[in-house]
Amino acid sequence: MKVTLFAVALPLLTLFNAAHAESTGKISGNEFNPAISLILDGRYTDIDNSELELPGFQLGGEAGLPDDGFSTGHNELSISANIDDKFYGSLTTAIVYEDSETEVELEEAYIETLKLGRGFTIRGGKFFSGIGYLNSIHDHAHDFADRPLVYDAMFGGHLVDTGVQFRWVAPTDRYFSLGTEVTTGSEFPGGDNDDNANGLAFFAKTGGDIGVSSSWQLGASYYQSDFDVREAGGHGHGDEEESADNELLDGDVDVFGIDFVYKWAPQGNSKNTNFKFQAEYFVKNEDGFSEFTEDENTAEADYDGKQKGFYVQGIYQFRPAWRIGVRYDHLEADNDITNFSGNGIDQDEFLEESGLGTEDDPNRYSVMLDYSPSHFSRLRLQYSQLDNGHDETNDYVMLQYIMSLGSHGAHTF
Amino acid sequence: MRLLAIFCFSLLLFTPDAIAKINVFACEPEWKALVDDLGGEYVKTYSATTAYQDPHHIEARPSLIAKTRRADLLVCTGAELEVGWLPLLLRQSGNAVIQEDQPGYFLAASQVERIEIPVEVDRSQGDVHASGNPHVHWDPYRMLVIAEALSQRLQAIDPEHVLEYKQQLSQFTSDWKNAIRQWEEQTKGLQGKKAIVYHKNWSYLLNWLGVETVGDIEPKPGVPPTAGHLSKLLEAVRAQPPDFILIANYQDDKGAQWLHQKTGIPIIHLPYTVGGSEQADGLVSLYNEVLTLITSTTQ
Repeated sequence: MKVTLFAVALPLLTLFNAAHAESTGKISGNEFNPAISLILDGRYTDIDNSELELPGFQLGGEAGLPDDGFSTGHNELSISANIDDKFYGSLTTAIVYEDSETEVELEEAYIETLKLGRGFTIRGGKFFSGIGYLNSIHDHAHDFADRPLVYDAMFGGHLVDTGVQFRWVAPTDRYFSLGTEVTTGSEFPGGDNDDNANGLAFFAKTGGDIGVSSSWQLGASYYQSDFDVREAGGHGHGDEEESADNELLDGDVDVFGIDFVYKWAPQGNSKNTNFKFQAEYFVKNEDGFSEFTEDENTAEADYDGKQKGFYVQGIYQFRPAWRIGVRYDHLEADNDITNFSGNGIDQDEFLEESGLGTEDDPNRYSVMLDYSPSHFSRLRLQYSQLDNGHDETNDYVMLQYIMSLGSHGAHTF
Repeated sequence: MRLLAIFCFSLLLFTPDAIAKINVFACEPEWKALVDDLGGEYVKTYSATTAYQDPHHIEARPSLIAKTRRADLLVCTGAELEVGWLPLLLRQSGNAVIQEDQPGYFLAASQVERIEIPVEVDRSQGDVHASGNPHVHWDPYRMLVIAEALSQRLQAIDPEHVLEYKQQLSQFTSDWKNAIRQWEEQTKGLQGKKAIVYHKNWSYLLNWLGVETVGDIEPKPGVPPTAGHLSKLLEAVRAQPPDFILIANYQDDKGAQWLHQKTGIPIIHLPYTVGGSEQADGLVSLYNEVLTLITSTTQ
């Protein structure tokens, strides 16, 4: 019986094959739909003070703390596909609801080459810069409900700008890649400039495996921009200082960073248990002419600042679906203020209001527990204690859900 | 000035690649083994995963990007098995010859008809594959079809050695056909038996052997077993006792052990793919070992 089966099976299978090809050869308008994925993010936060102040740091971009009570986070809609055989395109928008208003933010919109070969890829459009480790990873894929402080303080959340990126992967056994970006340089920590092409970034990454159970990646990055005007003021505290104007004129900024990630899973099988360690360190140098105006009063000074920050975190999946994590954030600022002149504002007031005055080093401890019943859903509980350097301790607890609908997102390392 | 810097930077990086053997990046060890059988000394193969890893849960880690960068041919399962990491590897590799429309991109599951294609695709069904069950290397007849298509691909990529590839294909095919005859002789007694599986990665094997699958330890594909599901399964098992429980040796066997303790039904731990046990160092030895493990338990 089985011998006969064998004799007919082969030609039959070939037939099936042909029949299958025919059945998928239909013409329909939605065959070429791009991959669509939607991230739903919501949270409940219990926080004393959701205004983020970090003495010594002028905040910008999306730097901030979560609102007290219920809030929706970044609900992200992402659409991507190969455009043709040469290009890939991707668009990510965040739909944010805040202060009774719905805002659609363009997070990323870029195209990328597929066929340059020899390890080269060029990306153009608006994108999360390749610097650092977490910078290019969207918030929903982070391991904590909020970003590391150093990202908020240095980049206003993420360094995201419009321009062009070149990447190259070396033809070596050990992974080694280099990248560079030319961007407008007008996004925080850069600022408005006439050329609209003043941002320059470089990054290098290397990494590999240690045996079958561990792998690592080490990166170094550099960013610089110079600008005519940079408005300070983050997401978190725009409203109440509307009468105040906090600008840095004729400024230069550069940031240098190193990042390291180590991952372990028994036999490289991360499904049941795994461990991840990650740390990043950034140093920012910036200078410019600071101008602070509040109502009729003005103050100005020359500013030359050096700021550093790092975070370290460890995440352990102790059983399928359950993970715990701890994180420590630390910042320090060393700012030089010279040639102060004030009209109705004294120097101390200026230092505090402009964000340039340094006090103690801000730091934060966080712990989190999350549960992912499937690949596509995650519930997270996080506790953080932020000491902002003013001798104010801010405790907060967050309960968050992050759900992923639609196409299966890929996992970056 | 800035653009000039970029230009110099690009020049610096422009180094020619040395080409000797055909570099093959296989996503899973079964395809590495098949390429080794069909390519012999003309190929240099690498497998992205081991037999102890779940190919659903891999990340596009640095070492894999370095390997895809240098690959001339990519051999993967497809049918969405590697959807969580392969597209990212392709985009990060900067390698033009293994992109989707190129001869250097080969998906084994696309060469054959798949079973268990869901009528309805909804995530409430678990981590389902819209293109059907991807674990095709467990059907020896489908393997013959895949081997032929893969050999043609090698011939297209490396035309210098067409004759050698053809020779190796006919050697593989005749060895494999002989092996099938022996396996079918050996497993005659399994027809009509009933099995519980941990995950649907044995469907092709059990279909071929004529073994009926009466339950899954996973409540839904990719979802770890829950107490509620296991107790329901226990009732079903008591009503209609299966002959054995099959589980790959990389899968968590707590649920299977619990069922075994309650009912005494034997658990068979199987190497899922090449390298999954000491003996299973090639495709034929993998089949030999798995079939021997199953038949010796049921006798």
